[in-house]
Amino acid sequence: MLDAVFKALADASRRKLLDQLFKSNGQTLGELCAHLDMTRQAVTKHLRLLEDANLISVVWRGREKLHYLNPVPLHEIYERWIGKYEGEGHRLQALSDLKKGLEKNENPKG
Amino acid sequence: MKKLELVYTTFIRTTPKKLWAAITQPEFASQYWGGRGNISDWKKGSPWYHSEDGKLDEACVVGEVLESHPPKRLVLSWADPDRPAEISRVTFELEPLTDMVSLRVIHGQIKAGSETAKNVSRGWPLVLSSLKSYLETGKGLDVSCGH
Repeated sequence: MLDAVFKALADASRRKLLDQLFKSNGQTLGELCAHLDMTRQAVTKHLRLLEDANLISVVWRGREKLHYLNPVPLHEIYERWIGKYEGEGHRLQALSDLKKGLEKNENPKG
Repeated sequence: MKKLELVYTTFIRTTPKKLWAAITQPEFASQYWGGRGNISDWKKGSPWYHSEDGKLDEACVVGEVLESHPPKRLVLSWADPDRPAEISRVTFELEPLTDMVSLRVIHGQIKAGSETAKNVSRGWPLVLSSLKSYLETGKGLDVSCGH
């Protein structure tokens, strides 16, 4: 699942589509095309990839297909990758502070 | 007035019954929803509230059960007790897949630019990833009070 998310994010046009939905959530294909310099077919293809990666949720309202930004998988990436290393960073910072403190104590002149 | 609608989808390795219980039983919800549970008898027309230790006077969300079809669909009205006139609506849709359940949360009729809009658009992705983590690993994530 996360492979699909990374793949979907590794493209500037698809990131632009997500930005469009962030600005205004719940747009049709036509509305999305109006803001982008891409063919309708290209946008459709990108939307499908984003949907497969669960980065957008699709809702049918009558005959209209609306696209919504779904940031839940981004949170999973945050939890899996970023949060972990942030925690690591805090530990490294703590070790570095400890080391500085010890060096200070070891060297009465310092 | 402009209204905001948020639609979230997550796929969780669990059963619809377990997922329904995780949403509606406070002893489960409190383990992934920042220590708070959802309290109600979950009958159509009944009140519900989101609170720590089951205390209504400390609830940070209050509302009414608008539809209840366990374990498939739950529709709630949603309001901050400090702004009772700003009523939005939350729909939970549970759909079984092969070895997973697709959970869709639709939070609609939110006043655009409001405090509620800010809180819930930050809160839901966190709560839903914590719910997924809780059901799949037995451990929720650290969800501080988003309200």
